[in-house]
This record gives sequence, structure tokens and C-alpha cells, in this order.
Amino acid sequence: MFIFALKRFAVAIPTLFILIVLSFFLMQVAPGSPFTGDFNMPPEILANLEAKYHLNEPLWKQFAYYFSDLLQGDLGPSFKYKDYTVNELVAQSFPVSLTIGSIAFIITVIMGVSLGTLAALKQNTWVDYTVMTLSMVGVVLPSFVIAPMMVLLFAIILPWLPAGGWNDGNWENMVLPVAAMAILYVAAVARIMRSSMIETMNSNFIRTARAKGLPKHHIILKHALKPSLLPVVSYLGPAFVGIITGSVVIETVFGLPGIGQHFVNGALNRDYSLVLGLTIIIGALTILFTAIVDILYGLIDPKIRVGS
Amino acid sequence: MAVTSMNNMVKEDNQKAVENFSESLSSGELEIEGRSLWADARRRFLNNKAAVASMIILGLVTLLITFGPLLSGYSYDEIDWSYMGESPSIENGHFFGTDYLGRDLFVRTLEGGRISFMVGALGALVAVLIGTVYGATAGFLGGRTDNLMMRILEILQSFPFMFLVILMVTFFGRSILLIFIAIGAVSWLDMARIVRGQTLSLKGKEFIEAAIVCGATSKQIVFRHLIPNLLGIVVVYASLLVPGMILFESFLSFLGLGVQEPMTSWGALVNEGAQTMEVAIWQLAFPTSFLVITLFCFNFIGDGLRDALDPKDR
Amino acid sequence: MSLLDVDNLRVRFTTPDGDVTAVNNMTFTLNAGETLGLVGESGSGKSQTAFALMGLLAKNGIIEGSALFEGKNILGLSETELNKVRAEQIAMIFQDPMTSLNPYVKIGPQLTEVLQLHKGMSKKEAFEESVKMLDAVKMPEARKRMDMYPHEFSGGMRQRVMIAMALLCSPKLLIADEPTTALDVTVQAQIMDLLNELKSEFNTAIIMITHDLGVVAGICDKVLVMYAGRTMEYGTTDEVFYDPRHPYSIGLLEAIPRLDTEGEILPTIPGNPPNLLNLPQGCPFQDRCAHVMDKCRQEAPALETFADGRQKACHWTPEIITSTTVQTEGALT
Repeated sequence: MFIFALKRFAVAIPTLFILIVLSFFLMQVAPGSPFTGDFNMPPEILANLEAKYHLNEPLWKQFAYYFSDLLQGDLGPSFKYKDYTVNELVAQSFPVSLTIGSIAFIITVIMGVSLGTLAALKQNTWVDYTVMTLSMVGVVLPSFVIAPMMVLLFAIILPWLPAGGWNDGNWENMVLPVAAMAILYVAAVARIMRSSMIETMNSNFIRTARAKGLPKHHIILKHALKPSLLPVVSYLGPAFVGIITGSVVIETVFGLPGIGQHFVNGALNRDYSLVLGLTIIIGALTILFTAIVDILYGLIDPKIRVGS
Repeated sequence: MAVTSMNNMVKEDNQKAVENFSESLSSGELEIEGRSLWADARRRFLNNKAAVASMIILGLVTLLITFGPLLSGYSYDEIDWSYMGESPSIENGHFFGTDYLGRDLFVRTLEGGRISFMVGALGALVAVLIGTVYGATAGFLGGRTDNLMMRILEILQSFPFMFLVILMVTFFGRSILLIFIAIGAVSWLDMARIVRGQTLSLKGKEFIEAAIVCGATSKQIVFRHLIPNLLGIVVVYASLLVPGMILFESFLSFLGLGVQEPMTSWGALVNEGAQTMEVAIWQLAFPTSFLVITLFCFNFIGDGLRDALDPKDR
Repeated sequence: MSLLDVDNLRVRFTTPDGDVTAVNNMTFTLNAGETLGLVGESGSGKSQTAFALMGLLAKNGIIEGSALFEGKNILGLSETELNKVRAEQIAMIFQDPMTSLNPYVKIGPQLTEVLQLHKGMSKKEAFEESVKMLDAVKMPEARKRMDMYPHEFSGGMRQRVMIAMALLCSPKLLIADEPTTALDVTVQAQIMDLLNELKSEFNTAIIMITHDLGVVAGICDKVLVMYAGRTMEYGTTDEVFYDPRHPYSIGLLEAIPRLDTEGEILPTIPGNPPNLLNLPQGCPFQDRCAHVMDKCRQEAPALETFADGRQKACHWTPEIITSTTVQTEGALT
């Protein structure tokens, strides 16, 4: 198992490298200098800036500089926020996205799995229909509809919670963003869990377990849960990265200073180094969690482990 | 390879008989099978009340966005100075009210619907085409090619693609065409994965082996056996892609990266509506209802198609 | 008192296309230590009979009639009550050993959980007991195997695990649903030998569901021949094999390949079983029967019970039956 995990991570490294190269050169191909938006600068200053950012050197050298900095964990200075490095911007914004995302993720796993299981076990009863209708609503309603509606309902009509802002992570400020974020994922997980649980419960080995006279809760926990979780795991792995790196929509609606905001603003402001840095961080996390999902699969499904 | 070795093994005089047999087997049998399969799927689909109702509603929505704007005296970019931010009323002809610039929301909602539908359909088409070809090729060729193609897919998938689209749109300007291409191009990855998996599992099925043994050519296998059997899953996935595309476009519009003013889409309207929801709820309510109803319908239809076509259920 | 008394068992399924009666008016008795063969083609309702007894029917299944196990009706018990009967009183092994074991759980826990939950054994006791049982089903290196996953076993070995699992609580009745169908012929023989041995060792009654008359001849005391969900003929194995009275039984027995009849074409029963959704009026076997009469197309023959306990559902009375029996006798002994 350990070797399997090691191999899986070894495969991830070249993938990550290609990702870095690709994003770096993609960013260079994109038109528009980062400084064109600014008021007219004297050419000397511009040249200074370009020298500082190595913009006047050949592309491969620029990459070499960037990559060696990157290996030391330095994502370079921001092109737009004059006194900030990308590292500082990430350090400021990532905790916000991570906090909201982690809470939403935990809620997603607990609620999604249990609601999906419940619906599967009560298939074609009102419980099932209720859960499925709600999750259909959750899946279909886009977050940019849900989030404003929540603000309208719980911050304006019923003035229970603040409509937005971070407020240094005050719990009251987190309730609505977390809820708005979790709704989609809870709904998706519940749907996936339901159908995989139904499939598992109809399988021959569950029939065997029933024939063995095992109590229902034992059958579900010891026999049905593991295989039913496989599709959920493969959904949640990549989704996890999306959750913790922040939803642009949620952060915009609730005015949260998270990663998602920075990315969009970075793209709009042509803040190359910021966008590049965030792309690499998010890409690396995605690669990491894809690998983790594969390893989790190996842990759950003994056949895969032996196969590799 | 298997096909040729098989042919070599068969004696000259037998070869023709085998070919005829495989011909009749692959064409004749599959047609009967195919017909009953699709007829069966249609029957199942029509039995699904939610899906059929969704079809009807979606048909009505399509009719409305196609011909609806003709019912109103206003155009989507016309400013009615006398009614700015008005609530809905029949008398002045602003059925859904107006936005804060005095533009008719009824026409704008329907006009936005046209854009959303178009993006949905075209984006899904692009994704389906690229995804199916890529996935089927990888799955059918197998071996090293498959490995390489899947590794490429993995790299592409680790890109934060939503952001790539944002980048593309910001760098190359906002045009509807670009949105189609961008959305379609980043959405084919899952499709490719699904089609590849299906192709791989089909390739191992006995009926394909039987066709190979009977001397069917690769072309016959691809066109008579693989494609008809892939069609089901492609249709199901495509029907689920359309609402995904609509959502994606709405999301871009929400961020202000979608279609350009005065053109509009449901996402853009929802965004505008959300900003004024405290004072003018109708500006949020109408576009949102259209968007949500449409998304619901597509999802129900997708579910219905899946239940009707899913080989697992059969 | 007999161990199991099934009276007028009926199993129906409600489907969108109408009700399907999978098992119709089945009546039989089974004494302790006895083996009953349930014989019939695929879809004749054999497995559904077993599932009905175990409470394992699909959700749309409806059971009528009664099945007294040691005098207590086990049909329509609640899930909790059923769980006391399952494994402790009646155990079951299934047709497909490849999918009947949980692929995600090691063999060890799959065995020990039965003992822990039913007998309240500690983990350690249950482990030792399970190893003993694996030894009893002639599993080589039983102790080591406890730590393995099902996919590391061959089909025959998996079926041995299934049998061991079924016998853990020494049930009084074992239902074996085509236990050898999915296995190689040589492995089939080993499993049948094993069942035969265990049967005497544990004095377990067996309901052997099969379509293989060779299996019936080898292990069963009684036979019940089913067709389209109905009992066609029921009697001791000797009676049915040497003196079959139903055209379907006769047909089945004639269709056994024989070594002594060189070059002859093997007799078969023409046609296919009827669609249970759309049974013909009258006897379900009419279209395939060699002795069909007008009466057969009008009314379904009732299940008659004779003084010796044999049952038969057929309008036709065999008069000259010696030729069939003589041949059959030769084949089976």
C-alpha cells in the first residue's frame, strides 16, 4: 500500500511540472502589458520595472528565474499591488477561503452522506422524495441565486445575520457563506450517495449479509458503506480543492477577502504573477488531491491495490 | 490484428461464407436489437412524468423566447424614460417591469434566454464533439496511445479551468463566440473520460469479440457496434451538459465577463437583479425563475434519459 | 413434527406490466436431516421459493400461504424476528460465489461477524471457531486465508467459504441455491461431495435448488419438479426417477445424456418456458407437452396429492411407463 501511494505521488510530480510550464507560457502569450493600465510612466521607470521583473530577458531565462524562485516557495512580487508579494497576498486570503471551505466541506461530508444513505434506505417513500427534491433544488439553483436570496432572507428581511464582510472570522459572518457554499455540495453528494447506496444494497453480497441474519445497521455500516462511498470519494476529491480555494461567487456576494476574489481581480487587472501563482497553487492542490483520491480508492477497494 | 489473423486461418472457400455471416450478424441483428432498444428507451422516457412535463415546459419556454419579444412593443436595448425601475404592469406594456435604466425586462429576459439557450446548446455541442472523439479514440486504440492521451487529460484537468476561461475572456475580449468556444473547450474533459471508459468496457464485451471472430473489419466494428452503443451515454451526458453550460455562462455573466451590454443573458440579469433586490424584487424574480425553471427541466430530462437509456437498468 | 411444512406458498410480484406469480400453490414437507431437490428450468420459481422462505424477496414481492419451521410460521416475520431465524435456524448459500461475498471485506470478518452477532462470541473465540469451520470445509491453510479478500480465492474456494459461513451457527436447514452452477465441473463434484459429507456430519436438512438431475440423484431424498412457478410433480427421488408420472419429469429425465446410447440424438423438450406475465389458459406446459389433450388447454390441472404423499399436477395418466423407467434406471445407477 505504501509503495502504491509512493508510486502515485511520483507520477504526480511530472504532471505538476508540465502544469507549471504550461501556465507560465500561457501567461506570456496573453496580450497586454501589466503596466498599460497605469497612468503614463516615464520610459525609464518602465524599464526599471521590466528589469526588476526580468521582462526584458529571453523567455526561457524568465522561466528559469521564476522556477528557481518557485522551488524556494517564492511566487514573486505582485504586478498590481505595489507593496505586496504574491506570497503575502496568498497568506492573507487563503485562510479566509480555507476556513469557510473546510467548514462547508465537513458539513458536506456529514450531511451529504447521511442524507443520501437515508434516502436510499427509504427509497420511494416521502423521506426519499423530500431529500431528492431538496437536493435537486440545491444542485440546480446556482450559487449566485442562492447566495443573494439568503442575504435577502436572513440579513435583510430577518435581520439575524450580517449580510457580508469577514470581520476577522466572527462566526456570525461565516454562517451564510458556509451555508450557501455547502448547499450545492451537500445536494450533489446526497444524490451520488443515494444512487450508489441503492446499487450496493441491491448487490448479491448484501443479500448474503441479510441471509446471515445481520441487523440492518450492521449491514449498512460494515458492508454497504465502503463500496457506496467510492463514487462520493471520486467526486469530493477534485471538489475539495474547489471548496477550500474559495468560490468566486460566494466571496463576491458576501464581500469576503478570499482567494477566489484575488483570482478574478488578478485576471481583470492582468496581475500576471498573482494569477500565475494562484493557478500553480490550485493546480498543485488539484493534482495532490487527485492522487489522494486514487490512494483512498486503493484503501477502500482491495482489488485496485493488488492490481497496481 | 485479430481480424487479419482470423482471416488467414480461414480457408479461401470458407472466407466468403464467414464474411456473409458476419455481415448478416452485424447488420441484421444489430438493427433489430437497436430498434427495440431505442423503442424501449422511448417508452421508458415517456413513462417518466417529470421528464415529459419538463419537455413540454421547455418547449413552451423555447417558443416564448423565440416569439415572445414580438409580443412586446419594446426592444431589449430601448430605454423608456417614463418608466425607470417600474414594477410589472399590463397597462404600460412592461409585463415584467423595467430595470433601473428603463429597459423592458420582459423583452430583456427573453432576449437573455436566447443567449443562454444558444450558449448551452453550442457549448454542449462543442464539448460533446471533442469529448466523444477524444475519448473514443483513446479507448479504441488503447495501449500507449491511450496512456498518453489520458495523461494529457489529467494535466488539463488539474488546471483551474474556470480561471482559464476568465483569463481567456479578459485577455481576448468579450465576444459570444469566444464564450462558446471557451466553455465548450473546457467542458469536454469529463465527456472524454466517460466515453473512453465506455469504449474500453464495450471493447471487452463478447459481442465485439464475436464480431471480430466473424471477420468484421475495424470500420464495421466502430460504426455498427461501438458508436450505436456509445450513443446512449453521449445523449444522456449531453442533456446534462446543456444546463451546465447555461450555468457556466450565467456564472461568467455574473462576474461581468459574459455577454456585453446592452446584450444580456440570464446570468447577467440575475446579477443586476441581485443588486437591487431590496427595492425591486421583480428584477431578480423574473430572470431567476426562467433560469431556474429551465435548469430544472434540463435536469429532469437528463435524469429521464439516463433512466431510459442506462444499460445498467436493462 | 416435520422440520419445515410449506403449505400453499404463493409468491407474486407487482410490476408495472401487471402481477407476476412466480410461485404458485407450493406445498411440501421436509424432515430433519432430509434433503429436498427443487428442480426446474431457469425462471421456474425455484430461487424465489428460497428467497420467500428467507425473507429475501425483492420489495415488490408478496407472499401468501404458510411455512411452518418447527411449528412456527416464518413467512411475514418482522426483520428483527427473521434475523433470529436466519443463520441460526436456516442458512443459505447462493448461486454465484463470485459476487456473493463482500469484495471489500476480508474473509475473516465476514465469518466472525456471524458468530459475534448470533452467538455473542468474543472476537477471538469467533476467529478460532471460524478457522475450525474453514478446516471443516477442507480449506487449505485456513488460518492464513482469514486475512485474505474474496478476489484472492478461486470460485470453488469462495463457495467453500460460503458453505462454511452458512454452517457457522449449525443451522437445522440449509438452502443451497444452485451452489455449483457457476463452477467448473470438477469443482462441482468436490462441492457436492463436501455438502454430502457435511450433511451427515451436521445432520442438516438441505433444500437443494438445481437444474441438474445428476445433483438430485446424488444427494436428494425427495424431489419437487417445478415449471412456470408450479409444482409439476413431487415425491421421493426414487419414485420420481424410476416412476415419473408427469410428462415434464419424463422429458427432463429423458434429456439426460447417457453413455450407453451411442450415436442417438439426445431427446429434448421442444420450445421454451412460457412468459409468466402472459400464461396460457390451462396447463402452463401444454405447448411443450408430448401428451397434450384438449382438456389441458382449457383448465389447469389441480395439484393432486396421492396416498403415499406424492403430488402431481397433470390431466394425463401414464399407462405404459415401463420403457421410460427402464432406460432411466440404467442411466442413473
